[in-house]
Amino acid sequence: MSEQPLINVANVNLFYSDFQALKDINLSIAENEITAFIGPSGCGKTTLLKCFNRMTDLVEGCKVNGTITIDGQDVFDKSVDVNLLRKDVGMVFQKPNPFPMSIYDNIAFGPRTHGIRKRKDLDPIVTQSLQRAGIWNEVKNNLFKSALSVSGGQQQRICIARALAVEPKILLMDEPTSALDPISTGVIEELCQELKEQFTIVIVTHNMQQAARISDKTAFFLLGEMLEFGETQKVFSKPENEKCERYITGKFG
Amino acid sequence: MIRPFYRFIRAREKLMKVLFLLSSVFAVLALLVIFLFLMMRGIPSIANIGFFRFVFGTRWSVSDPNNQSFGILPMIVGSIYVTALATLIGVTIGLFTAVFLYKFCPKKIAKGVRQLINLLAGIPSVVYGLFGVMVIVPFLRNNVSSNGMGHGVLAASIILAIMILPTIVSITLDALHAAPEHYYEGALALGASKERAVFGVMLPSAKSGVFAAVVLAVGRAIGETMAVIMVIGGSPEMPNGSLFQSIRTLTANIALGAMEATGSILDAMIATGVILFVFTLFINVGFNLIKNKKKKPNKKKKPDKEEEATDEVG
Repeated sequence: MSEQPLINVANVNLFYSDFQALKDINLSIAENEITAFIGPSGCGKTTLLKCFNRMTDLVEGCKVNGTITIDGQDVFDKSVDVNLLRKDVGMVFQKPNPFPMSIYDNIAFGPRTHGIRKRKDLDPIVTQSLQRAGIWNEVKNNLFKSALSVSGGQQQRICIARALAVEPKILLMDEPTSALDPISTGVIEELCQELKEQFTIVIVTHNMQQAARISDKTAFFLLGEMLEFGETQKVFSKPENEKCERYITGKFG
Repeated sequence: MIRPFYRFIRAREKLMKVLFLLSSVFAVLALLVIFLFLMMRGIPSIANIGFFRFVFGTRWSVSDPNNQSFGILPMIVGSIYVTALATLIGVTIGLFTAVFLYKFCPKKIAKGVRQLINLLAGIPSVVYGLFGVMVIVPFLRNNVSSNGMGHGVLAASIILAIMILPTIVSITLDALHAAPEHYYEGALALGASKERAVFGVMLPSAKSGVFAAVVLAVGRAIGETMAVIMVIGGSPEMPNGSLFQSIRTLTANIALGAMEATGSILDAMIATGVILFVFTLFINVGFNLIKNKKKKPNKKKKPDKEEEATDEVG
């Protein structure tokens, strides 16, 4: 455990109108670690992930109480500029969603949004982001081709590069490989290991092996509650919670 | 016992088939007859006047039988001028309205406002003309005009801009809603403001829909007659750039003269109709080109490529 957690979640309850999607969640996430959220569909893991960059704001009738602090700042505080928050907390979605424009423009979209307009400033950012996302060699000759013209796995890495281009501290990944084949999945898992050096990653996954392979910590969710949280090795070898054990061993869910 | 009944049904089916056929033939025939009529009467009269003297002639004068001149360049320029101005106003307002209804207002209100805007499409053009004469023209004359004229280019453009609003708003809004929502979320997740996400990502991905809206609007504006006549003034003068000049469009030229004209004047009206027909033909072809282009990347290319690509790797 590092000195101070980067993300701290305290007594968080979240409601979609009348439905309570998160029940009294408490956890902390340390810097430069990969934390995996696992659990059956509808258990609240994606919802919690979306709280970190307040994508929950997009859902009508969504109410949160409790506090989530990132770097000591309460993300739901009124003084927080949500756009700046999202710059610091990048997100990669379940389905690759490159914009229908060139690969270059996709990567440059974020920096442009935050005021970097000159070509000579953008070029190195685009190059570096694509390199970090491990896709530079595959696309360097096609930077001005449509981002939709490459394979699904490549699209997802372009999305990762796009998220990295705004220099986030945290990268949220919402089942980033569930729409991809095993080989692309492997590539992205390796990538996560490399990215962890510079970023803090929170990943939602339905794939138990994936969580076991890449994460340092694992949180298990069920019906809006977090039933288990700890070192991944421990969670997978001797979980304390019986339901968690049954889920991990494939007995339900 | 049953047989006559079925014979009746079979006969009825045959009869209906013929009826359906005749109905569709009627529509095609109507188009053909209009086209032939325009060409058969219009082309000889254009030839008579002389193509260049007709299309590039700047003087239109028919009242004095001894000194007639059929130059429609002022009307061609007038139509393009008024249409361009109306499109500029209408597209700007319509686009912003669509963007507002898309992401910047509560869904319930958006629905209501959209229906209200669609109501605009149902107002007869003569009512628009009346509104123009009673409200817009006096307003312009008393508050804006530099030369004491309320009628003219600006009045006509404003009326036309209002008339094309529903087209632009509803087609643009449909195009925006058809663009994948996950583009929007992707943009927001990068720290983009709502407005940046809509203008930077959503509108560009809906761009063919927006173009289609513009082309349709141009078609509507260039063909509109009644409302335009009532507010445009109607002098067959070459537009000089003033917003308060009384000018005439191609449609106004035809409508103003067609009722009582005879002989060579009527021929010149029909010839004007030919030119207008050519304009609208181009606009329609342009619209179809855009529409077909839109289908390709959205419906064919993208899903195929995605599937192909993932298959390849896997």
